[in-house]
Amino acid sequence: MIHLDSLYKTFTLGDETITAVNNANLYIKSGDMMAIIGPSGSGKSTLMNIIGLLDRADEGVYTFDGMDVTMLSDDEQAVIRNQKIGFVFQSFYLLQKLTALENVMVPLLYRNIGEKEAKRRALDMLERLKLGERIDHLPKQLSGGQQQRVAIARALVGEPELILADEPTGALDQTTGREIMALLKELNENGQTIVIITHDAHVAEQAERVVRIEDGVLKEEGQS
Amino acid sequence: MNVSMTVRLALKNIKGNRLRSGLTMLGLVIGISSVILLVGLANGATSSIMDDFSSMGADVITVSIYDSEKGMSYTELDELRKLDLIENASPYSMLEATVSKGGNKVKGSSLVGCGAAYAGMIGAEVEKGRNLSPVDIENSIKAVVIGNDIAKKLWKNKNPCGDTLKIDGDDYTVVGVLKSTGSSMGNNTDKTVLMPISTAQYLGADVSITEIYLKAVSEEDVDTATAEAKAYFKDKKKIESDYMDVYSQKQMLKSMEEANRTLSLLLGGIASISLLVGGIGVMNVMLVSVTERTREIGIRKSLGAKKKDILIQFLMESTVLSVLGGLMGIALGIGIGKIISLFGTAFSPSIGMMMISFAVSVSVGLVFGILPASRAAKMKPVDALRYE
Repeated sequence: MIHLDSLYKTFTLGDETITAVNNANLYIKSGDMMAIIGPSGSGKSTLMNIIGLLDRADEGVYTFDGMDVTMLSDDEQAVIRNQKIGFVFQSFYLLQKLTALENVMVPLLYRNIGEKEAKRRALDMLERLKLGERIDHLPKQLSGGQQQRVAIARALVGEPELILADEPTGALDQTTGREIMALLKELNENGQTIVIITHDAHVAEQAERVVRIEDGVLKEEGQS
Repeated sequence: MNVSMTVRLALKNIKGNRLRSGLTMLGLVIGISSVILLVGLANGATSSIMDDFSSMGADVITVSIYDSEKGMSYTELDELRKLDLIENASPYSMLEATVSKGGNKVKGSSLVGCGAAYAGMIGAEVEKGRNLSPVDIENSIKAVVIGNDIAKKLWKNKNPCGDTLKIDGDDYTVVGVLKSTGSSMGNNTDKTVLMPISTAQYLGADVSITEIYLKAVSEEDVDTATAEAKAYFKDKKKIESDYMDVYSQKQMLKSMEEANRTLSLLLGGIASISLLVGGIGVMNVMLVSVTERTREIGIRKSLGAKKKDILIQFLMESTVLSVLGGLMGIALGIGIGKIISLFGTAFSPSIGMMMISFAVSVSVGLVFGILPASRAAKMKPVDALRYE
């Protein structure tokens, strides 16, 4: 589904040039549950931004569903983010002024789905994630775990091919974190492709495939 | 997202920041309301002056002589009447005096010394009794013709004709009452007392007549009649043109209209400056808002918002903000104008002005919103999302 072919990304900090992603080659198959693990500063966030089309690589080819997405315009990339990628972030990134329901509706509205239909689908998704009683709550009225479930509902509502989770348990306590991981695993068992970016080995070990990144270099575990 | 949702989203964000939105709008409220108010007052002044003058016949010519040594005597006015295109002439002199009857003073009354023809020239008709006659004037009779308001106030329903009126302590016989003209402002004939110019000279009016009303033989001839009168004063009376004004009502109206148009433009211009300031306020607040909401922009982009979506969202916000400010400004301007008009100053807001103000507030929102909105739209998703 996803193929990264010799991707490079460098940053300039003062006089220093940092290679955040150094010749990255990666296949992600449909139905995969993959963890990308690395310490902070290893380039894992940059890699996640590139996979999520939030940022562009300097060099290399990124193919999504057989299409080279590196050459797409900003707005064309926005369409792919909207339809094919669902994001789950460490600090949830819910829109603070919108209710849980409204937050989940947002991706559908940018797809020009009517308000009624968007509401119906968002309600369904929140029910599925057992948030049926919280739909009119604002993010600040929800616990961390509930907020992350709303964020997952928002990521799932557009039926994306890929869920990209950046430290999804990083801001949660252990119990809640385990619940969220269980939820992600359950989704994967139903066929959802999930990529988790983490520095936490406990999180990573729940994935089928673990890819380590260090100083911008990728290396899949269990392979030489 | 459709229009109604974008508007609701904008309203939500505006409401979420009440104080800031309120202060931003205040700039526009002040700008728009001052446009509405000032232009309304200028229009009101124009139309009330117009009312006064249009009650005067379009065939009337006014003469002012600024050299009192060259003023005329009453008998000399006959020379004017003999001019080809002049039908009649009346002296005019405004006096300061207290008008009363049985201890009741009339406030705001004006006392005019004039000739018999004057009432006709200002468009006043006699309701009861008679007008002043040449005989009254030749003999300095202490006779007065009074305006309708004065008659009502001092005599209620009784007929004042034949009764006496005290002016500066002296008794004058009321010989006639003028029909109410109902005109609202300024030289209101309803509160005027007319008396023979010769009698007025006892009350302090200058013996030398320097203000004269002339009536042309017809409206069509008024311009030539004006020229004829001017020539008379120049050739016969040797008055330099700098020392006199000879104007037909038509010319007077025209120059008055021009002066008022200039006034409206000037006031409108001053008010537009405050609108400009209001617009800059909108831009400033939107720029701050875009910076503050960088994270939100990033989240929206990650969820698939295109540049256009973000642009429209912020543009809608600045437009809704300025339109709300504009509507409040229009309401406030009209409100203040109506209150001022209760105290007697004419205020006539024009529908056209309101529509222009509304259009201006929409464009202020769009014009001053475009820079912040496009700045928001152009942000790179990763930079916006990771903004601390």
